[in-house]
Amino acid sequence: MIAATVRSHVQISAQVERPSPLRSGGPISRIKQGLFNNAHNTVLSIIALIALSYAGWHALRWAILDAVWYTHDANLCKQATGACWAIVGEKYRLILFGTFPYDEQWRPFLAIALIMALSIVSGFRRFWSRNLMIAWAALLPTVLVLMLGGVFGLRPTGTHLWGGLPLTLIMAIVTVAFGLPGAILLALGRRSKLPAIKALCIGITEITRGLPLLVVLFMAAIMLPLFLPTTFRIDKFVSAQIAMIIYFAAYAAEIVRGGLQAVPRGQYEAAEAAGLKYGQRMRRVILPQGLRIVIPALMNDIIRAFKNTTFVSILGLYDILGATSAATQDPQWVQFAPEAYLFVFALYFVFCFSMSKYSESLARYLSQGRNY
Amino acid sequence: MDAGVKTRDGRRRKPRAAFTWQALWRSEKARGRFYQVAAVAAVAAAILFMAGNAVQSMAARGMRIGLGFLWNEAGFTLAESVLPFHPTDTFLQAFIAGLGNTLWISLVSLIFATALGVLLGIARLSSNWLISRGSAVYVEIFRNTPQLIQIVFWYTLFTLLPGARQAWHGMDWWFLSNRGLVLAWPADRPAFTIVLLTLAIGLAGIYFFAKWADRRQRRTGQPLPVFGLSILGLAAAGLLAWLATGAPTAIEHPKLVGFNFRGGMALSPEFLALSLGLVLYFAAYISEIVRSGIQSVGKGQIEAGRAVGLHGAELYRHIIMPQALRVIVPPITAQYISLIKTSALGVAVGYPELFNVSNSIMTLSGHTLECVVIMGAVYLLLALSVSALMNAFNKAVALRGAAR
Repeated sequence: MIAATVRSHVQISAQVERPSPLRSGGPISRIKQGLFNNAHNTVLSIIALIALSYAGWHALRWAILDAVWYTHDANLCKQATGACWAIVGEKYRLILFGTFPYDEQWRPFLAIALIMALSIVSGFRRFWSRNLMIAWAALLPTVLVLMLGGVFGLRPTGTHLWGGLPLTLIMAIVTVAFGLPGAILLALGRRSKLPAIKALCIGITEITRGLPLLVVLFMAAIMLPLFLPTTFRIDKFVSAQIAMIIYFAAYAAEIVRGGLQAVPRGQYEAAEAAGLKYGQRMRRVILPQGLRIVIPALMNDIIRAFKNTTFVSILGLYDILGATSAATQDPQWVQFAPEAYLFVFALYFVFCFSMSKYSESLARYLSQGRNY
Repeated sequence: MDAGVKTRDGRRRKPRAAFTWQALWRSEKARGRFYQVAAVAAVAAAILFMAGNAVQSMAARGMRIGLGFLWNEAGFTLAESVLPFHPTDTFLQAFIAGLGNTLWISLVSLIFATALGVLLGIARLSSNWLISRGSAVYVEIFRNTPQLIQIVFWYTLFTLLPGARQAWHGMDWWFLSNRGLVLAWPADRPAFTIVLLTLAIGLAGIYFFAKWADRRQRRTGQPLPVFGLSILGLAAAGLLAWLATGAPTAIEHPKLVGFNFRGGMALSPEFLALSLGLVLYFAAYISEIVRSGIQSVGKGQIEAGRAVGLHGAELYRHIIMPQALRVIVPPITAQYISLIKTSALGVAVGYPELFNVSNSIMTLSGHTLECVVIMGAVYLLLALSVSALMNAFNKAVALRGAAR
C-alpha cells in the first residue's frame, strides 16, 4: 500500500516530460551543441573557423576559380594563377595506360572496365554465389588475353608494354588471388603440431615481415634471375609480382592466424570428435569461422597491398605512379606535376576509401549473431 | 577375448600385428614424420637447385662471392650524412653512413609522427564538431592514399619552390626555397646538443619521478605538485647544462652566398619530403591507435575518476593514460617498425638512407648478392631491436597480475 502510494507520487511528479539534452532542436541548436557549448570550445571553434575559411578560400581559388580546365597549350597554364588541370586531359592516355600501343588501348580499357564491373557486382551480397567465384576465375584469363594479346588476332603486347591503371589493378588482384591461399597455408603451418613445418612457416613469415617491401622487391628482381636456370628468363613484372605475393602472404598469414586462434577450442575438439580428417576439419569447420572473423582486417591488408603496388615504380615498372612520373617529364608541362599527382591521389583515394567503407559495413554484417 | 600374449614375467603385451604400409599410414605420428621429412627435403632440394644455378650463372658472369670488397675505397659522395663520410672511405663505412641516415630520419619522423598522432587522436574525440571532423577527414585522406605518392608529391612541391635568391623567409630566421629549409641555429652546436640531450634525459626522469611521487602519495597520503616540480626541474637541468657548456648565446643566421646558404641548420628537400611523407602518413595510423586506446577505457572508469574529484589533465594522467597505454603500445610498435622500414622510400627522392646507399654500393662494387643480404640483415636486426625495446616498455605499462 505504502509502496504503491509512493510510486504514484513519483509518477505524478515526473509527468512533465523534459526534452532530451542532446539533439534537441534544429540545425542552429545542433551547431550550438557541437561548436559553442562552452567557452573553451567556442574559442577553439572560432580559431578553427578562421583558419578553415582562410585556407578554404585560397584552395577554392587555386583549385577551381583560377584553374585552367582544358587546353593543349601549356603557356595558357603558365599565365594562370590557379591549378592546371589541363595536364590531366593532355596526358591521361599516358597516365592511365602507360606505354601500351596507342591503337590497342581499347584492350586495357576493356580490361579495366571488366575488373571494375565485377568488383562492383561482388560488392552486393545478394550476388554472392558459386557463379561469382567462377566469374572471377574466368576474369583473370580474359584480362590476360586482352593484355598480352597474341591470340585471336590480337597484336602481341608483352608485359614490358603494360602500364598505368591496368598494371596496378592486375598486380593488386593477382597479389590477393595468390597471396591469400599462401597466407592460409602459412597460418595453418604455423599452428601445426609438426615442429619442422612450424619452424619453416615461422621463418618465412617473420623474415618477410622484418624486411621492407622494397628490399623484398629488389631481392626478387636481383636474386630470382641468379637462382633460376640461365635458360629461364624471368621478366621484371613477374619478379615484382612474386615479391608482392610473398609480402602480402606473410602479412595476411598473421591475420589469418589471429582468426584461427579466435575460433573456440570446442570447435576444434568437436570437429576431431566427429572423426573428420585434418583437411576436412580445416576446410569445413575451422577456416569458415576463422576467416569470417578476420575479413575486415584482411580488407585492410588488401587495401594496403593495393596502395603498395606503387612501390614497383621504383623498379622501373610503369604502374600508375611510374606512368605519371614519366608523363610529367615533358618540359612543357613539368611544372604542373603536382596537379597530375593530385589526380592520381584522388584516383587512389576513391578506390581505397570505398573499399574501407565497404569493409566497415561488411564487418557489421559478419559480426551478426556471433558471441565470441 | 585374448588381448595379449602372456610373457615370462607375467605382463600382458599387445600382439605385434603384421607390418603393413596402410597401418603405418594410418598412424598419425608416422604421417607427421613423413610430412616433415618431405617438407624439409623439398626445401633442401630447392635451396640446392637455386644455389647450383647461382654458382653457375655467377661463374658465367665472372662474379665472385666474398665480403672483401667492404674494405675497398667507396669513391662516391653522399649528398648528406649525419655521420662523417668521405669518398676515400670504405664501402663498409658507406653502409654505416647509410644506416646512420636511416636511423636519423626514422628517429625524427617517429617523434613528430607520435606527437601529431596523439594530438589528432585526442582531437578526434573532442566534443567540438569541427575539431573531431577535421581530424577524421585528415585520417581518411592520408590513410587511403599510397605513401609513395605522398612523398613524391611533397618532393615535387619542394623542387617547384622559388630559388635561393627569391626564397620565402621570415626575417633572417628561416629561409624556404628549392634548396630546402634553412633555419637560424645556435652557433655552438656541441653545447646545444648537450643541452638538448640533458632535456631529453630530464623528460625521461620526469616519468620515474612521477611514478615515485605516486608511490609516495599512496604510502603517506601526501600529494606532490608533480607538474610544477617537473617543469622546474627540467628548466633547472637545462639551465645547468647551458651554464656548464659556457653559456653560449650566439645565434648563427643563414646567409645567402652565391646561389646557396651558408650557416644555420640546413634541411635538404630530400630530407624534408621523406620525413614529411613519413610523419603525415604514420600520424594518421597512430591517431587511430590512440583513439581506440582511449575509447577502450571503460566509461565507468572515467566517471569514477570524476567522482573522486579528478578532472582534465589529472583524469588523463591517472585514469585514462595508464589503461589506454596497454592497448596502444603493441600496435604502435608495429607502426614504428613499419616507419623504419618505409624510410627505404628515400630512394624515390634521393635521400641517402641505407637502401639508397646499398644500391649505390651494389652498382659500384658489383657485389649485388652480398649487398642485398647485408641490407636485409640490417633491416631485420633493426626491426628486431625496436620490437625488443618496445616489448620492454610494454612490460612496464602492462597489467601486473591481478594483485594491483
